[in-house]
Amino acid sequence: MVGLKQVVRYGFEKVEDWFDAIFGPDWNPFFHLGALGWFFYWIVAVSGLYLYIFFDTGVVQAYESVEALTHSQWYAGGVMRSLHRYASDALVVVMLMHLLREFALDRFRGHRWFAWLTGIPLLWFVYACGVSGYWLVWDKLAQYIAIATSEWLDSLPLFGKAVAHNFVNSAGLGGRFFTLMVFIHIAVPLITLFLMWIHIQRHAQAKVNPPRGLAAGTLGMLVVLSLVYPAVSQGPANLDQVPASVNLDWFYLAGYPLLDVIGGAQLWMMLIGMTVVLLLLPWLPPQRPQTVAVVDLDNCNGCGWCAADCPFSAISMQQRSDGLPFDQEAVVDSQLCMSCGICAGACPTSTPFRRLKPISPGIQLPEETIAKLRERTVEAAADLSGEGRILVFGCGHGVELDHLKQPSVATVQMPCVAMLPPSFVDFVIARHYADGVFIAGCRSGDCHYRLGDEWMEQRFAGKRDPYLRKRVPRERVVLSWAGPTQAKRCARELDEFRIRLRALEPPQGPIQDARHQRRGI
Amino acid sequence: MVDPRRSLQLVGQLLAYATFALVLGYFSASPAYQHMDPEQALIKMSFSHAGERQEECRRMTAEEIAKLPPNMRQTMDCSRRRVPVVAEVVLDGIVLYQGTQEPAGLWRDGPSTFYERLAITAGPHTLTARLRDSKRVDGFDYEKTLDINVLPQQNFAIVFKAETGGFIFE
Repeated sequence: MVGLKQVVRYGFEKVEDWFDAIFGPDWNPFFHLGALGWFFYWIVAVSGLYLYIFFDTGVVQAYESVEALTHSQWYAGGVMRSLHRYASDALVVVMLMHLLREFALDRFRGHRWFAWLTGIPLLWFVYACGVSGYWLVWDKLAQYIAIATSEWLDSLPLFGKAVAHNFVNSAGLGGRFFTLMVFIHIAVPLITLFLMWIHIQRHAQAKVNPPRGLAAGTLGMLVVLSLVYPAVSQGPANLDQVPASVNLDWFYLAGYPLLDVIGGAQLWMMLIGMTVVLLLLPWLPPQRPQTVAVVDLDNCNGCGWCAADCPFSAISMQQRSDGLPFDQEAVVDSQLCMSCGICAGACPTSTPFRRLKPISPGIQLPEETIAKLRERTVEAAADLSGEGRILVFGCGHGVELDHLKQPSVATVQMPCVAMLPPSFVDFVIARHYADGVFIAGCRSGDCHYRLGDEWMEQRFAGKRDPYLRKRVPRERVVLSWAGPTQAKRCARELDEFRIRLRALEPPQGPIQDARHQRRGI
Repeated sequence: MVDPRRSLQLVGQLLAYATFALVLGYFSASPAYQHMDPEQALIKMSFSHAGERQEECRRMTAEEIAKLPPNMRQTMDCSRRRVPVVAEVVLDGIVLYQGTQEPAGLWRDGPSTFYERLAITAGPHTLTARLRDSKRVDGFDYEKTLDINVLPQQNFAIVFKAETGGFIFE
């Protein structure tokens, strides 16, 4: 499974490189698959409300009302019907890609199990929405789906009388059936919406809206498609005849031909089996328990920056419990913490300049302490030589840092670059451990820990606490975002940075020898 | 001055949107799926019918009735279990379907349900449907034969209603 995951991941990375070039990281649709799913859902909901106004329930009226909607008001009802269909299809596409991508990028294990587990039932509900919608049109496709679905349901030992008996001939079908289907087609999407809301509950600042440009482009594409190639019916249903051939919507109905090949009971077993495997995937195989961030109350002043920056809502601010003169203290929920270390990067006490030995900030990862980070920084810098010495702070999910190493380039890796307090950059440059600092984060717009890149950009731009001090010469700092397949670009940016550094005036102030510092920390 | 890189990006975006639109437009209604030979017709036999009780009802004695709570007194004592129902469809002397369905329910006291799809060649045929719902071991309690002429893709229904005399061909 690891091999499969790597192949799929590599495929995604390469395609995303192209889309990065075309759309830019901010609008890259692959980084907004979940948000696009929400967007398509709302298009389906709004267009569905419009269709509902004109839809008539009845064996004959259902088809006629949809036909009237499609042809007599093609500019409104016809477009709405097409939008309803195409946005539903697009929802399936982004949903399946979202699932596959989160799997390939390993974003479903550990404490991310919740989003994964709540996402799997959504597959069933989204498909139920689509299938029930196709029944309502009551054309030949609807007839095929109604009969095939009923027969499939009858393969379960649940119903005393065959559900498919309702469609054995025209005499058996009444208008109340359509009333029931309308109810189902409204109730199931509402349950789907509720599940979607649950799905994002453990994400701070969950992205449920795609960037405006991407949303506008996608909506425009759907409208143009609706006008050029409108969705139409396939002739009225007639239960006295069997439509031998139907034009399936393969996004929703690809499983139906399997009914003819393997049979209903086998299809149930296959789908239920796949669902169970998907549900269990976060624990296959069981993962070593993650270490979670630890709060040191003696150094926590209750500022709340860590809680504001945590991408997984794992930190809450609660009433002070130790009697120190602060209102609040940070509390970590071990069930939610993803061990990204972003909280340590946000903590104002995480500074290498502190005289307290060992450095102990208000919050940090027990296995990736700030003291250890300072130690690794000084050690890495000690090996630098030549002109334009660069210290690279790199993310564990981006470019392979070993590829960047040179005599004048040393690297320090961490789970997420947002774990790096901006004061470390100041520390490295002010104390002349290196001539420049290169932050090599993972792919822009697609941080493995969701918000690390965003927070770093804001901290360095002075828009978010803790910000990079103004005294740090910006020409000696570079933020670079690159995924594993973008190593060449990252290396090129590093080379360009080194050339710029060489052209700069030598750093001012007393130079501290890193090797001496290492001995005398 | 138009930035050539920006222009290329816009062209790329248009191509990406167009590709997505093509995929959505095509696979939302294509390719067609043929699930049945268009020259064939379909016989669909579908009905639910309860077989006879497995055991005969017995008239209860006055003493037995008196022992029952007043609101549960009845004159007949009947077992719940019913016999399985056997059905058979014969076309031009060839048995297309022969099957037995158990009664539904935990106590096997419900109806037996049949739902069968039988593809046949279009044209004239002699169709016979038979059903046994009693404890007899051979032969049938209901039978109907009809000369039919089915058209390609016609859905020919066989239903069963004991209250109207047995099989109905529609």
